[in-house]
Amino acid sequence: MRIDSPAALERYCEEVKEKKAKYPYRVSVCGGTGCQAFNCLEVYEALVESIKENDLEEEVELKLTGCHGFCEMGPLMYFQPMGTFYAKVDPKDVNDIVVATILQEGEVEKYLYRDPVSGEKIHHREEIPFYKKQVRLLLGINHLIRPQVIDDYLALDGYKALAKVLFEMTPEEVIEAVERAGLRGRGGAGFPTARKWRICREAPSPDGIKYIICNADEGDPGAYMDRSLLEGNPHAVIEGMAIGAYAIGACEGYVYVRHEYPLALRNLLVALDQAREMNLLGKDIMGSGFDFDIKVAVGGGAFVCGEETALIASIEGKRGMPRPRPPYPAVKGLWGRPTNINNVETWENVPLIIRMGPEKFAEIGTENSKGTKIFSLVGKINNTGLVEVPMGITLREIIYDIGGGIPGNKAFKAVQTGGPSGGCIPAEHLDIQVDFESLQGIGSMMGSGGMIVMDENTCMVDIAKYFMKFLCEESCGKCVPCRVGTKRMLEILTKICDGEGTPEDLEALEVLAADIKAASLCALGGTAPNPVLTTLRYFRHEYEEHIYNKKCPAGVCPALITIKIDPEKCNGCGACAKVCPVNAISGEKKQPHVVDPELCIRCKVCMDRCRQEAIYAE
Amino acid sequence: MEAENCHCMQRFVPVDDLRPLEEIVNKYRGDKSAVISIFHELHETYGYLDEKIMEELARRAGYQLSQLYGLATFYTQFRLEPVGEHIIKICHGTACHVRNAQGLIDEAERTLGIRPGQTSPDRKFTLETVNCVGTCALAPVVVVDGKYHGRMTPSKMQKLLKQYTEKGGTGEDED
Repeated sequence: MRIDSPAALERYCEEVKEKKAKYPYRVSVCGGTGCQAFNCLEVYEALVESIKENDLEEEVELKLTGCHGFCEMGPLMYFQPMGTFYAKVDPKDVNDIVVATILQEGEVEKYLYRDPVSGEKIHHREEIPFYKKQVRLLLGINHLIRPQVIDDYLALDGYKALAKVLFEMTPEEVIEAVERAGLRGRGGAGFPTARKWRICREAPSPDGIKYIICNADEGDPGAYMDRSLLEGNPHAVIEGMAIGAYAIGACEGYVYVRHEYPLALRNLLVALDQAREMNLLGKDIMGSGFDFDIKVAVGGGAFVCGEETALIASIEGKRGMPRPRPPYPAVKGLWGRPTNINNVETWENVPLIIRMGPEKFAEIGTENSKGTKIFSLVGKINNTGLVEVPMGITLREIIYDIGGGIPGNKAFKAVQTGGPSGGCIPAEHLDIQVDFESLQGIGSMMGSGGMIVMDENTCMVDIAKYFMKFLCEESCGKCVPCRVGTKRMLEILTKICDGEGTPEDLEALEVLAADIKAASLCALGGTAPNPVLTTLRYFRHEYEEHIYNKKCPAGVCPALITIKIDPEKCNGCGACAKVCPVNAISGEKKQPHVVDPELCIRCKVCMDRCRQEAIYAE
Repeated sequence: MEAENCHCMQRFVPVDDLRPLEEIVNKYRGDKSAVISIFHELHETYGYLDEKIMEELARRAGYQLSQLYGLATFYTQFRLEPVGEHIIKICHGTACHVRNAQGLIDEAERTLGIRPGQTSPDRKFTLETVNCVGTCALAPVVVVDGKYHGRMTPSKMQKLLKQYTEKGGTGEDED
């Protein structure tokens, strides 16, 4: 079916909606990469089987969709219109669930979500604390969309924003709308999107050709919202890019996607074909006279390719090394033409702004940061998952109300935001309102939205070392401050973790950090010292413990800890001795065991093996 | 679950067979920017970027060999050595790191006697660390031949590796 006018799109959307309205029930299973690792595909297969067996094919609309966000609890099943939500579903019980929930209009208690605080079973998804405080403008429709079925997107008035833009608005009006909405880039720095578009629109091109790019090279470890968006709702990215292309005057777009995201890539390629087939992409889109198409470029695994100029070099088939700016890509980008780059989440916000109206969008958020932001809440947190929250929410609300706090009654130590370019935020700042400026104000940044929670057992010097190692390996090597500087900082941090640190090391770290920040060519180097600087700022005492007292207070750094067995708790089961790779543990059966510190390599295999929790690091 | 990008179980084409190379070169003929895509396809076909394959690619598609080598070493996805029978990928993203991924790496190094990036002399194992597989809810994660093993501990790692190191082990019955 080719759509040749906005009226035709309207008609088609209505037809699809009517078809869907015939089903009284809908069951949605999360099929995101996270849940797939929990065998959700088996759950879905069992569901299809069960629906067939119970003769419910005419009654129930089945959906295997993109990410529902609550990754901790996968595999997930969501029944509508009842709103019943099941967590950690075992495929073998799916038939019982279907019978109980649809045929008997009840529920299967065992799979209901149990509130870890009150211990109560929660029936409806929207009442679960994890979902309650979220404002899920982007992720909230994922459970309705099968990523490879364009009709699911059209049933939600998909591509109508594009139709409106192409037939009712001038490019300048589109940019103004995005400006009034106050949209800022979700990829890291938070640059105002409209301003970026305008610079690109006004930049002269030698042959009139301009490009737009979707940066889907989500490289920050611990962040996976862009993957989930692209994987779960690829048409929203396509629609956003088409709107942006019209506003800027671009005829061709690229999506630069990580090779590590095969499902996102596959869903995107299918979506692109479907959009072309329906004339929502390609020549003369919906009969408007506007031409725009999208190509896909696959990355090769280089963190630095998230940087604009490096990303462009990579699409051109070169080593992904940044070049000095200016000229900015908006003036001179891909193949020397003006090029606008935004990331996945930014592009997905564009159709939303047109659909809900810029004023309404701008009502959400803080004065200078509008709309929602998706964070991946991971690490030492009870409810791991993707959370979409209004800008201005506090870190405490995210971590305790949505995330359910720290597991095992451990004490919160820090939350790391902004990926390797960001910083570690201590408990004293938990009440700040999250937006672009506030996070920068305390030495971190929004970044792409990774939020890694750390508890008392996380060593902050080790974390600084971890990020420095990451950046040292990912430094492209073009400029000296970054290439050599990150290496030197890593050496110092390693020395401190190995118990060989000296008081002068802290000063050396600070001097190096300042130089690397000032002199690096691109943002990778320019922000590389941030994890070290924030940990030095907020957790200096941990560095000092390592240096002066040769102790790792969190019990992490192998050279500074001793593994001991509490004779009160040890029941002499011998499991630890069996797993010890160096035979350092000995003891009579049913008698408390001991660790020989001379032989012990502090691998801690024994610690996680011990059921009595009798083994500890000191 | 079998990951989409896992090609380790399928038999790779021997590097003497240049027909797939010819096909790939023809597919991208005229597009000088397609090197990374060509590399990905060669990688999937041959399992790694063999020197001979690189030489042939340079000759047939008009690249400098040094240019190809520069690209292949810049991007971490490409291997220049053949892989082992089993590929063990340990995720070392931040979420996995705070949940003791380092302990898993140490355990694998001890058991297999190789370091990340290396293949055992008997070509049975290739050990790799990856920056983030994006399944942080399961942290720490180990992916063996495309199968995800979540919430790992050093002792579970020991057990998992044992299934592969012992004769005929496939790791199938591990959760």
